[in-house]
Amino acid sequence: MIGRVFRPMVTAVVLIAAWQALVWGTGVPRFILPDPAWVAVALYERAGTIGFHALFTIGEILGGLALGIVLGAVTALTLSYFRPARRWLMPVLVFSQAIPVFALAPLLVLWMGYGMASKIAMATLIIYFPVTSAFFDGLRRTEPGWLDLARTMGGSRWSTLLRIRLPAALPAFASGLRVATAVAPIGAVVGEWVGASAGLGYLMLHANGRMQVDLMFAALLTLAVISVALYFAVDALLRRALPWQPDKNPNDERD
Amino acid sequence: MHDLVRPTLSAPIPSIGVRIEGARLTYGGVRLFDGLDFALEGGRCTCLLGPSGVGKTTLLRLIAGLADPEPPTKLIAEDGGPLEGRVAYMAQQDLLLPWLGALDNVLLGPRLRGEAIGAAVVDRARGLLDAVGLGDRLRARPSELSGGMRQRVALARTLMEDRPIVLMDEPFSALDAITRLRLQEMAARLLAGKTVLLVTHDPLEALRIGHRIHVMAGQPAEIGPAISPEGTPPRPPDDPALLARQAELLRRLAS
Repeated sequence: MIGRVFRPMVTAVVLIAAWQALVWGTGVPRFILPDPAWVAVALYERAGTIGFHALFTIGEILGGLALGIVLGAVTALTLSYFRPARRWLMPVLVFSQAIPVFALAPLLVLWMGYGMASKIAMATLIIYFPVTSAFFDGLRRTEPGWLDLARTMGGSRWSTLLRIRLPAALPAFASGLRVATAVAPIGAVVGEWVGASAGLGYLMLHANGRMQVDLMFAALLTLAVISVALYFAVDALLRRALPWQPDKNPNDERD
Repeated sequence: MHDLVRPTLSAPIPSIGVRIEGARLTYGGVRLFDGLDFALEGGRCTCLLGPSGVGKTTLLRLIAGLADPEPPTKLIAEDGGPLEGRVAYMAQQDLLLPWLGALDNVLLGPRLRGEAIGAAVVDRARGLLDAVGLGDRLRARPSELSGGMRQRVALARTLMEDRPIVLMDEPFSALDAITRLRLQEMAARLLAGKTVLLVTHDPLEALRIGHRIHVMAGQPAEIGPAISPEGTPPRPPDDPALLARQAELLRRLAS
């Protein structure tokens, strides 16, 4: 228990010390690499600005997550329930992944404007595939014995999907959600970089252009904290929602 | 509670015999059996013994409607009705759904069929869990139960279906010796009056709970004449006559 809090703290302290040592050792000017203290000052002094922009980014991440998860889940269910859908949509889905999503960002901004919509779309796009493929995979890998049982019990295809295949696929779905949560901020920030009037990505680009590297680092730090907090929140939520899942991999602690 | 259950357990459902005629099965280019005839006497427990890979399970799956019969296989219920919807299936694995408690696992059949789960249905499920000695573990998830307890829940779930024909595929083979003996007794008691097919590779198990015992062997496989041990099941495992029979069966299986 102590280790869980203590170890990351030691890691953080060592990293910050190394950062400070690098600044002292190389003597780089502040506008190239500010030392941790300056970043802390920027974080404190510009808290209002950073907070304002952070709200936009959080909104975009959450919006993208919600939309991407819903779309991904619906697609996976459609693919697994309708055979023709599987035949016709699967190749399209795989092919669509060959297009780098980032290349679409300028187009999305052109179509949806500088507001939040284009960033939400970007995050949705980046989340969509991992959610769909993880969930679809889970739906395909139902224990065959359960399906045999459902058949002898006279369950319809629909009720078997609802009562057996869907809950059985939830752990796989959950791992898709974890990946989605980790990549959603990337989508939002890339969208902001291409064209925005608010958001942490916009703030970083803006600060960078004015040599306010300390502010840029402060914004980056905020973004990292938001991403990590979001990930742990989702992870904790999923653990609570799927209590029958074994919590720990017994191989984790062995090596 | 036991009295509450008894009327539903031993309700006089008419027993149905089942016949298979000219069964043929080709698996990977090898003819496992051809022109096989086999009958389940109505209201009796028929045990099918044989080495693994001989096709016992496939024969059971044919009757369960889980495998498509190869022509000219004929499957006949002796009252002329269909087999579908009148068969309950119990496998070697308990096939309990890990996200459901014991009671909800027993209620799986009615749920899958979209039946209304009224108080009477829940009471019956409770009564069955009570009859298998798990009346106090209604909410327990499979992960909280031992292997023997899980198989008892599976037995309750099989009985909940209330079908005249019960097909069991090595239902107790994954259990330890003592638990197995107890469960055999419980199953023989609770399944009395139903048409049962029990596939097993344990001669003692067959002798304890079978009215008629067949040995399936050879390639293509054939089913030998019925052995009908004296006395009514469940027979005590230390009966000398039974042990003599066991030696005979072992000889037949080995040849």
